[in-house]
Amino acid sequence: MFGFLGPNGAGKTTTVRTLGTLLDPTSGSATVAGFPLTPENGVEIRRRIAIMPESPGLYLRLSILENLECFADLYEVSDPRRRIDLALRAVNLADRAQDACGTLSKGLRQRVALARALLSEPEVLFLDEPTVGLDPVAAREVHELILGLRERGVTIFLTTHRLEEAERLCDRVAILNTTLRTIGRPDELRAQLFSTEVTVRTLVALSEPGRVFAGLPAVDDWHEDGPANYRLTVSESAVAVPAVTRALVAAGADVLSIGEKQHSLEDVYLELIDDAGAGRA
Amino acid sequence: MSVSVRRVRAIFRKELREYRHNRSLIVGMAILPLVFIIQPLIAVLGLTATASSPLGDEHVLLYMLGIPILVPVIVAASAVAGERQQGTLEPALTTPIRRDEFLLGKALAAFLPSLAIAYAVYAVFLVLVVLFAQEGIAFALIRGPDLLAQVLFTPLLAAWSIWVGIAVSTRSSDARVAQQVGLLVSVPPVVVVVLIALNVITATLGLALGCAALLLVLDVLGWRITSRLFDRERLVTGTR
Repeated sequence: MFGFLGPNGAGKTTTVRTLGTLLDPTSGSATVAGFPLTPENGVEIRRRIAIMPESPGLYLRLSILENLECFADLYEVSDPRRRIDLALRAVNLADRAQDACGTLSKGLRQRVALARALLSEPEVLFLDEPTVGLDPVAAREVHELILGLRERGVTIFLTTHRLEEAERLCDRVAILNTTLRTIGRPDELRAQLFSTEVTVRTLVALSEPGRVFAGLPAVDDWHEDGPANYRLTVSESAVAVPAVTRALVAAGADVLSIGEKQHSLEDVYLELIDDAGAGRA
Repeated sequence: MSVSVRRVRAIFRKELREYRHNRSLIVGMAILPLVFIIQPLIAVLGLTATASSPLGDEHVLLYMLGIPILVPVIVAASAVAGERQQGTLEPALTTPIRRDEFLLGKALAAFLPSLAIAYAVYAVFLVLVVLFAQEGIAFALIRGPDLLAQVLFTPLLAAWSIWVGIAVSTRSSDARVAQQVGLLVSVPPVVVVVLIALNVITATLGLALGCAALLLVLDVLGWRITSRLFDRERLVTGTR
């Protein structure tokens, strides 16, 4: 699962629409589902992909089943009855097939849109902000469905500005802010952008922290981060943490916690987006 | 480039299902034929038998060709703009459907109900005239060439009207505006029909054949021209 992250207006939806052959690229090249992105390949590409737009775009006067029947025919799927049944089961809506889409909640409409995207068994599934506007429960349900698809081997291209969503779901991410800022696995991006840090908390402030931390193996730098809190820049936490622990004990400190600071994807994102903002300023 | 019957049918079937649930559309499609049938019916039923000879010089029934011009344009004009407004256009365009298949499905879905309404209203009018008009009036009104013209021109005019409506719809962002513009664009052919019906323009076989040939060409070209007007990018992004 590939996450495409960026603030509003960064170009996420435009990228999806371009890859989905709805918009013509102005420059550059891309390959989608094995086909070069050219106007001549539009139909072939669209046969192999599915896009779930930000707005579900369901025919609200029609039932769920009628919506899916229409799209099964548009994709010319074989055995449409079975495919519709499977798609409805995948999103847990098999017992609501006859309900008019106009009567469904926003979360259920997203699930119908997901079922619609699954009808053709796409090689690549584009999900454009699939949980935007959903309450936490509905968003979690959609997350579970997406994770289920990933386990079934569907390649998913997820655009979102919800970083916890990308952190939870994505194997690789790209960060976009009108231009591509970075791309990689979340762990790799963290390692690229941030040095490893160890945080230390003691009951009372150390009288001479410089004597405790200076010269310890794998500890490159340290500074106070509030009263009785210390942040150490380390080159290898497996070496540094035991050494720091021993030094603290030797100094008679009452240690409350020692741990490696985990940078979130949000930290990576903000670092890159802030850089871009600073660059513009 | 081949046309997928299944994809055209998918749009056609979806449209008919939507009409069934769209009360305002049904009312819109019903009001115009009622206007076309009630006013002339009152006029014809009020005629005395002595009025039958002046009727013989006119083609009053051709007046009803306004129905296949005006009814389909209401449906066709909302075909693309309506989907765009509801946000259903983008998901449909992400499927393998081609724009000409999409438009053909839309056009067929507007064509068949319009044809059915036009013929049904015409048939009801004729039956009422035969049953209730003064002796001689029905004979003066109902003439073979007029009947033939009605049967022939109804589908030709309906198809023309649909392509005009869809063309307007592809360039409009609001379904109601598209309907109003579509109706406005349909006024000139209605005026021509009325002038022929009132014998201001003399109806001749040559004129009928010429008009039929012209409409046939326009109907065939209409599909291709409308397809060219259907700019996927502009419709999705609302720009350009």
